[in-house]
Amino acid sequence: MVDAQASTTKEAWESRNPAPYMSSSRKGLDEALVRQISQDKNQPAWMLKHRLKSLKLFYEISLPQWGPDLSKLNLENITYYAKASDRQAQKWEDVPSDIKRTFTRLGIPQAEQQLLAGVGAQYESTVIYHSLKKRFKEQGVIFEDMDVALREHPSLVQKYFMRCVSPALHKFAALHGAVWSGGTFLYIPKGVVIDLPLQAYFRMNAMGMGQFEHTLIVVEAGAQGHYIEGCSAPRYGVDSLHAGCVEVFVKEGARFRYSSVESWSKDAYNLNTKRAIVEKDAHMEWVGGNFGSAVTMLYPCSVLVGTGATTDHLGVAFANKGQFQDTGAKVIHVASNTSSKVVMKSISKGGGTSLYRGLLEIHEKADNCISHVNCDALILDDISRSDTVPVMKIKNSNATIAHEATAGKLSEEDIFYLSSRGLTQEEAAALIVNGFIDPIAKELPLEYAVEMNRMIELEMEGSVG
Amino acid sequence: MKRVKLTIQKGETHVIMGPNGSGKSTLANVVMGNPRFIVSSGKIFFESTDITELAPEERSHKGIFMAFQYPREIAGVQLDRFLFMAYNNIQKAKNPKSAGLSVFDFNKKLHEEMKKLCMNAEFSSRSINEGFSGGEKKKAEMLQLAVLEPKLAILDETDSGLDVDALKIVGEAVNRFKNSERSVLLVTHYQRILQYIKPDYVHVMIGGTIVKSGGIELAEILEKDGYQQFIK
Repeated sequence: MVDAQASTTKEAWESRNPAPYMSSSRKGLDEALVRQISQDKNQPAWMLKHRLKSLKLFYEISLPQWGPDLSKLNLENITYYAKASDRQAQKWEDVPSDIKRTFTRLGIPQAEQQLLAGVGAQYESTVIYHSLKKRFKEQGVIFEDMDVALREHPSLVQKYFMRCVSPALHKFAALHGAVWSGGTFLYIPKGVVIDLPLQAYFRMNAMGMGQFEHTLIVVEAGAQGHYIEGCSAPRYGVDSLHAGCVEVFVKEGARFRYSSVESWSKDAYNLNTKRAIVEKDAHMEWVGGNFGSAVTMLYPCSVLVGTGATTDHLGVAFANKGQFQDTGAKVIHVASNTSSKVVMKSISKGGGTSLYRGLLEIHEKADNCISHVNCDALILDDISRSDTVPVMKIKNSNATIAHEATAGKLSEEDIFYLSSRGLTQEEAAALIVNGFIDPIAKELPLEYAVEMNRMIELEMEGSVG
Repeated sequence: MKRVKLTIQKGETHVIMGPNGSGKSTLANVVMGNPRFIVSSGKIFFESTDITELAPEERSHKGIFMAFQYPREIAGVQLDRFLFMAYNNIQKAKNPKSAGLSVFDFNKKLHEEMKKLCMNAEFSSRSINEGFSGGEKKKAEMLQLAVLEPKLAILDETDSGLDVDALKIVGEAVNRFKNSERSVLLVTHYQRILQYIKPDYVHVMIGGTIVKSGGIELAEILEKDGYQQFIK
């Protein structure tokens, strides 16, 4: 049964819907395109100004001089803006059938029926499906497509938009600032507790299509919530680029968890920027799984600006043939009595490379900070690779820091043990790998954990000779 | 190992005894198909089929089981989920049309067996052997034996490191398993487990070969006089 599900998923992931609307879109980037995006979306003047400023930064800032090779990424050959549908749908019935078919194969409506509190699904650059349970609306929770949020809550958006992730941060943050389109806005008012995870799915579909969705989350004092998204993109021959941005503001005493399972197609560049500002006694959790893309550069960041702020980073990366997973975590302890915990697991197979890149920074005036970093790598064969690059900038002498790293292979004795009980070598290996990432999988809602286990099973095919 | 000839009939219990390093565990592992050991010559037959070249899971599907001397600890893999998979794999191997048990029915079966072994119910949802005491690990092996219902159970020093109470529980578990269709190959260093498990045959293994075979009386001689008399 597991196999049947797995192959269905794989097929859905690699299938492709025709995208006739792409004929009106064009490749490459210039000021005219940036102006067109703003005009099409009827955005306020400050946003156009922001886009143009970001575009200027994009031209000025060079590509990162470290990390994976990005020289094959042809920025002239990317479609920076396309619309899949002009309509906004409130109900599933209103979603166009070809788009619905894609989502059905990814299992979204079933998930919606089961435990979704709200769904925002991005089909290329336009959010076409968005719903939110009545209860949350009454509590003042805003869960909207970014384009709509900018129209309906302009001052709220302006107050926070790219104040956490500055366009000056790096070249792709600048690019994002210039061409961002769609995404999700989540606002949880003071003291409101959302106990079900809010979910959104993103999917890149048209060939060579960039995706620059913006996620902006504001969690007011004492509020709590959990947002989760899964990303997938079908497989194409032309390199595609994903440079999304996630900003989270966690106010005093609030708690927030951001989870994502990313499985962009294996030719995509996933150069995503995620960052949270965590205030006094607030808590931020990042839970992430990276399975797709040719190149991933993703290091969720928590800036602990208030005393007593805490953060947890949990992540899994799976690098298979032709993949470079350069992932990690950044924690910046600005205030005293702040603590952080990072647990990262990586798996390398078939010649893939996993690299943990971490930054831990403790500011001079931040006393009594605690940080614990734990990186475990599992290397499944002799041609794959795993590296750890932890950078620590500790400017305060009374911090407590621990860094643990392990690297290992699949144990032949473990596989023998499980196979002596009737499991095939492949089943045994998949079970051990799933066990390895279990500390992260168990933090995800069941359906995502199941999906992650299924992805591991797919990736493990043919792993044992 | 060399020149080992051993035939076990249906319903029989054989004990292999011998000093440390005599090759007892090697024999157990070779029959189960541990890839760490290479069979350079010789054959292993199970129910008249040559299994020498078969993978461990194929041997398991045919009805061979080995309780490990040092059961592996596997982080993050829940005992009940793993055993559910193993059970249904074996059922399907026995009968391709079998749908196996549902999770619900399987858990019922699992927990009945756990009760017989005086195992706390929460063990089933823990990672395989992780953080288990020596005695708990051996009980978990007996649990798997009871659930998977093989035709041949190889017990590789299952009795070592057990206190009196645990030894009794393990002994009783093996006795519950035994019937006229099922065979046991017990590898042990000590004869104290033989208070509970009554063998039909006792073999003495020294230097990788069986030097003497006999009945239960052989174990008594060993207990009195040790292995020295068999070492040339």
